Amino acid sequence: MSENRKFFVYGLFVLVGIIYLIRLLYLQVLDNTYETASNSIRAIPDVPMRGQVYDRYGNLIVYNTLVYDLHVTPNKLKVADTLALCNALSITRAEFDSLMKAAKVYSRKKPSLFLRQLSKEDFAHIQDVLVDYPGFEYVKSSVRTYSAPTLAHALGYVSEVSQKQLDTQEYPYYRQGDLMGQSGLEKFYEEYLRGQRGVRYVMQDVNGVAKGPWKGGELDTIAQAGQNLYTSIDLEIQQYVDSLMQGKAGAVVAIEPSSGEVLAITSAPSYDPALFATRDFSKNYAKLALNPYRPLLNRAVMGSYRPGSTFKTVQALVAMQEGAISPGSIFSHAGAPMKCHGHGGLSGVHSAIQWSCNPYFYHVFRRMIYANTEKNTFKASAMGLRKWHDYTQKFGFGQKLGIDLPSEAKGILPDVEYYDKRLGKKSWRFGQIYSMSIGEGDLLITPLKLANLAATIANRGWYIAPHLVKGIGKNDNPLPEFKQRHETGVDRRYFEPVVDGMEMAVVRGTVSRGAIIPDIVMCGKTGTSQNKKGKDHSIFIAFAPKYNPKIAIAVFVENAGFGGFAAAPVASLVIEKYIKRHVDRKAYEQEWMNKNFLQNVIIPKSQLPKPKEQKPAPTKPEATIVNRDKAAFNKLTEAP
Amino acid sequence: MARNEHITQNIDWLTVLIYAACVTMGLFNVYAAVYNPEEQTKLFDLSNNAGRQLMFIGSAGFLIIAILVIDHKFWEAFAPIIYGICIFLLLAVLVIGSDINGSKSWIKIGSFSLQPAEFAKLGTALMISKFITQPSVNLTKFRDLLLTAGIIILPMLLIILSKETGCALVFASFMVVLYREGIPGIYPSILLIAITLFILSLFFSPLYISLGLVVLAVIIFRFVLPRYDRNRKTIINLSVIFGAMMLFSASVDFLIKNVLQPHHRKRIEVLIDPKADPMGKGWNVIQSKIAIGSGRLWGKGFLDGTQTKFNFVPEQHTDFIFCTIGEEHGFVGSAAVVLLILGLMCRLIFLAERQRTRFARAYGYCVAGILFFHFLVNIGMTIGLMVVIGIPLPFFSYGGSSMWAFTILLFIFLKLDAQRPFTLSRT
Repeated sequence: MSENRKFFVYGLFVLVGIIYLIRLLYLQVLDNTYETASNSIRAIPDVPMRGQVYDRYGNLIVYNTLVYDLHVTPNKLKVADTLALCNALSITRAEFDSLMKAAKVYSRKKPSLFLRQLSKEDFAHIQDVLVDYPGFEYVKSSVRTYSAPTLAHALGYVSEVSQKQLDTQEYPYYRQGDLMGQSGLEKFYEEYLRGQRGVRYVMQDVNGVAKGPWKGGELDTIAQAGQNLYTSIDLEIQQYVDSLMQGKAGAVVAIEPSSGEVLAITSAPSYDPALFATRDFSKNYAKLALNPYRPLLNRAVMGSYRPGSTFKTVQALVAMQEGAISPGSIFSHAGAPMKCHGHGGLSGVHSAIQWSCNPYFYHVFRRMIYANTEKNTFKASAMGLRKWHDYTQKFGFGQKLGIDLPSEAKGILPDVEYYDKRLGKKSWRFGQIYSMSIGEGDLLITPLKLANLAATIANRGWYIAPHLVKGIGKNDNPLPEFKQRHETGVDRRYFEPVVDGMEMAVVRGTVSRGAIIPDIVMCGKTGTSQNKKGKDHSIFIAFAPKYNPKIAIAVFVENAGFGGFAAAPVASLVIEKYIKRHVDRKAYEQEWMNKNFLQNVIIPKSQLPKPKEQKPAPTKPEATIVNRDKAAFNKLTEAP
Repeated sequence: MARNEHITQNIDWLTVLIYAACVTMGLFNVYAAVYNPEEQTKLFDLSNNAGRQLMFIGSAGFLIIAILVIDHKFWEAFAPIIYGICIFLLLAVLVIGSDINGSKSWIKIGSFSLQPAEFAKLGTALMISKFITQPSVNLTKFRDLLLTAGIIILPMLLIILSKETGCALVFASFMVVLYREGIPGIYPSILLIAITLFILSLFFSPLYISLGLVVLAVIIFRFVLPRYDRNRKTIINLSVIFGAMMLFSASVDFLIKNVLQPHHRKRIEVLIDPKADPMGKGWNVIQSKIAIGSGRLWGKGFLDGTQTKFNFVPEQHTDFIFCTIGEEHGFVGSAAVVLLILGLMCRLIFLAERQRTRFARAYGYCVAGILFFHFLVNIGMTIGLMVVIGIPLPFFSYGGSSMWAFTILLFIFLKLDAQRPFTLSRT
């Protein structure tokens, strides 16, 4: 009987063997939870330096400074004296608690960001103290640094990637705590600027101490530095524009017509971009967001205004091309619903532009709209508007020009469908839309579009989409779309009367005398943008010289009144500065730098500080803004 | 000379081959476990554990030669003396033993430490084999059973006193040889039922187990037993048996909560739910499973393991050496090791069954049983199926005492087996 018992023993051995084999198969092959829980290999990201930004002459605009990010691992943290630690880090107890809470929410075992961007000096100060507090570690990082407090809107800013951005990214590149361009060039060229993050796989022991590369670094990837951006910005002109725009709300865009390169782009009021490159980012952001003058709004590409009389140039060009009028057409003031500013006799398109004659352009637009054989005025208006729209949209109105800045506004260029929707099909005609003849009514444009119009007229019929970046990294070329010439379809010869009119407007027309630049022939057109919120916006577009133009510019000054009054001097000074590299008219320059139109700006009720706070509505922009401009100005005037 | 020829001709080369394979693989895995990628660890360097393991293996070679030279009758004849020496050493260690890891079970000789408990298995195996195969001893007799139990329990108690509970539990493996040599089937059955109830009471409360037992008893009485057995006497017997079982499961609960030391209780608790104490007792189980699990099918490659270095897995070159195999050589490697040891155990049973003396057969079963217990517990704990009990994986784990003890254990049997053609009768 005992003999047979050997089979039970065999059976027991084999049974246990099989159970263990099945268990091993499950652990090692079928179930991968244990593999992913592997904790001995740590991937250390190697974050490359972000690309730098240069101006058109190779001057640095944005570069990086080494800083230290402090990370904390809540589980490892041992703090005997919280108050002493807070003092060392110069934060309050409440801040410490909230930071620690955030870190714990993220993970108790993994390090998470505690304090960002400690400068070398701060770090040196606390480095010794931190030895006593296990659980803290630091990571080298970099922070954006600006050589001048300018271009805040165009450059944009970099900040930690948000949870929403993390969740919605198409290609999973970003991780918690990564920096990401959030607006301006930083956002538009994010993929070039950020470079490619590298990863080093390092083995670590149970205490998290690194123990050398895993597999001899076979799987490591090397970080690739971000690519530099070579912009077309002329830093000197940019800062000059900034100082001219102090005490004003509005925008200036200057373009090199032959290339579409943006020389200067300013939205006023502005702020120091360095405010967003500190660890006080959110504090500073909130402060600026509450400012009633809305310094965060990039008026140059997002601000929507009516073009006013500057649009008359387009009306004349389109009507001539269509054959609705000829360069020599003359119209009487009779029959027009709007008044004329008063001027001498008209002798054609050029003098109408020179004096910005409203009734003249009423007739021009009327001719344009009814330039067909249709008897029904409703149908004729629709036909005319459709044709008019086809022409004008080729100037880039009613659509994005495609500048290399995010959130460019489209503006509005009404078409047939627009009015059909608003007023009903076949129930509108010229009588309802005539105010567009002088750039009012439903038209909405951005300062950028008007600068582009100035460039288009300067080029006599074509433009290249305005752009700020002319070279990326080792590539000397801008993005391909910025080499493409857009034709307006208006014949070159029709530009001559318009250009002549713009020249005469400056010499002896709507533009104030002071704006005349000695030795330079500037062609300009004033505009007065009506708006419901107080005084008219002052607009001026110009280019110079008349032949072989070097610069085209659009200037908007909010609530400054008649076009030639405020915007033209600014444009004229910028043009003189750009072409001559210095300004002879010192007194004039001083006068316009000091002019303040901000008190005219009507602050929307929603933007007003609430009465609870018992703060008087500020009549001047925040001190930081003014001070910054003054500082910039001082720098400029000191320079020889 | 003639004798040596006999040995080389008659020794079971398959077992020797498996032994050599295990020892070699063990050596390389100990090397991998102590390997430090930052400083080149040399295999032939006594300052590290791999070098020392190599030295243990080398000296084990001399032991093998000695065993093969010594006359086979020596072991049976001197079994009581060897057993006596072991008991003496176990007693001595209680007095002069060095304290390592909280257990007083090591005798320090120079720079080497000897663990008498490892050798006590050998002595007990010889003693048991000699005792139970005496013609006068009948394992169905209660008196002889008691004496047998005494032989086993005496070293067990001494080992428990030196706080090496894991090592003491190994003596349970002698149930295998007793079973084969004719102990009444009721005893292993009781052991099996007790283990089953023990495991059940870890997971369920005594109340549910009692309910289940009552239902089981009713089913047996009503449906399993033949009609003529369904009488009062059977009811009483069944009540006594199942009552004892209920009492046992209730006492297990009591035992775990009140009698076991806290660190033993923790080990059992983490077996049930390792996440209950991930940084403490559960750590071993979790890290060990992570290491083995991260090996996948083919493993990370020799010396490329990461979990079994840097102290994630505790005792990574001794009791948890199987983790290194699992991590660096994947399922293929760990399954190979399981099959290798399984093959060795089955080969031992096969060899034992062909012995002409009862002593040799019983001793063969002792060896297979001890190996099985180590295999069961050691690999079981690394893959989360067994309570963490600190006993080594034979031939693989680092350690001089266990390497020598297992080598001697195995080769005594191989020597006995080699002499088989010259042994005339079965006694």
